[in-house]
Amino acid sequence: MNEVPQPRDESGLRIQELAYGLKVRDVMTSKIFTVTRRCTMWEVQTIMKSNGISGVPVVDGCHVVGIVSMHDIMVAIEGGYLDDTVASHMVSDVQTLSDEVPLTFAMSAFTKYSYRRFPVVNQNNELVGIVTPRNINLALIRELSRQLDEIEEGESQLIDKKITAFHRIYRLTRYDFEHAGRASAELKKELKARGVPSKVIRRAAIASYELEINVVAHSHGGTFTMLVDEGRVRITANDFGPGIPDVDAAMTEGFSTANDWIRSQGFGAGMGLPNVKRVSDEFEIQSGVEMGTMVKAIVYLKKGVD
Amino acid sequence: MKVSELNSVGFCCVQNKFEDAEITGGYTSDLLSDVMGNLKDGQVLITIQAHKNTIAVASLSGALAVIFCHGRSVTPDVLEAAADEGIALFSTSDNQFDATVTLAHSLR
Repeated sequence: MNEVPQPRDESGLRIQELAYGLKVRDVMTSKIFTVTRRCTMWEVQTIMKSNGISGVPVVDGCHVVGIVSMHDIMVAIEGGYLDDTVASHMVSDVQTLSDEVPLTFAMSAFTKYSYRRFPVVNQNNELVGIVTPRNINLALIRELSRQLDEIEEGESQLIDKKITAFHRIYRLTRYDFEHAGRASAELKKELKARGVPSKVIRRAAIASYELEINVVAHSHGGTFTMLVDEGRVRITANDFGPGIPDVDAAMTEGFSTANDWIRSQGFGAGMGLPNVKRVSDEFEIQSGVEMGTMVKAIVYLKKGVD
Repeated sequence: MKVSELNSVGFCCVQNKFEDAEITGGYTSDLLSDVMGNLKDGQVLITIQAHKNTIAVASLSGALAVIFCHGRSVTPDVLEAAADEGIALFSTSDNQFDATVTLAHSLR
């Protein structure tokens, strides 16, 4: 059973796009119930029953040390040990999510693990909230209606200025070098048609091409989005993993994890991400091991920085 | 030196739909990201990577022509992509070092 939209099916392309701007922090429930190791299973059951929740994190100070789910309570009732403390029956191997990561990572995590909830922690590894599929669905609906409002507003403005936004989403497949570059070619054509200076076009196209190649060469596949409006090109590459263990290393020129086959295709020089950063006016990268990587590059059309 | 003159110094033209512009220099590399990061407008790319991605990279970086070394065979899809992008293609049995030396001498 999976209540979260699957990022891998076709409709998922749009859903991923919806979730791009959102972080786990924006959608989590931050007012949550917690227990300590010394509380009893019966107390946890009471908290669940009276508040309509299905999982309670166990904390030591601000840190998560375990979690008790409805399933654990049912087993406790069956086994007749509701009076035992939480310590001996909680699940102590808890998968948490950072509040900084994109919502799409949380969606991947729900797809990958069978957990129904993830405690959310801040940079200091302190518990700051909890995220469930319900949080995600609500956030997506909210974001969808916000974007619809924006489109309605934007359209009336665009008609005045006779400029339309260019928006494309592509699916990229692992090792499909044949089709990588397709998005960048379209982007180039579009920018040329808009009379963008060729130096700016080149910077946008390089960012776009490197990111396409990255997804194809290094990830299990993913989505690639381009948005061109009056002032800028926004390129977003979002993949389904495996994630980058050391982002700083990946941003260093010459660092590469490419295998021989990738190298035989002429890639894997360890310059992809540094190249993207160099040609972009704004650059952002986030990666979660086993969850995926999101890179956002923005090139300004007007400033014409070389 | 113009692109068309590469023929006269021993490079064999295999794709001739291009604008015959003045060559500003050359860049020799088989790593396409390196090419994208460093090749300058108006230069010639010298490489052994004879596939479609090379054409995409050459076009993005502003290369006028690509010289494929070691007599690597050029497939029809590569020729077609280069014609679409207006990038001249040359072939040589020389290795990258010798091709680079030849081009460098011709440009001086």
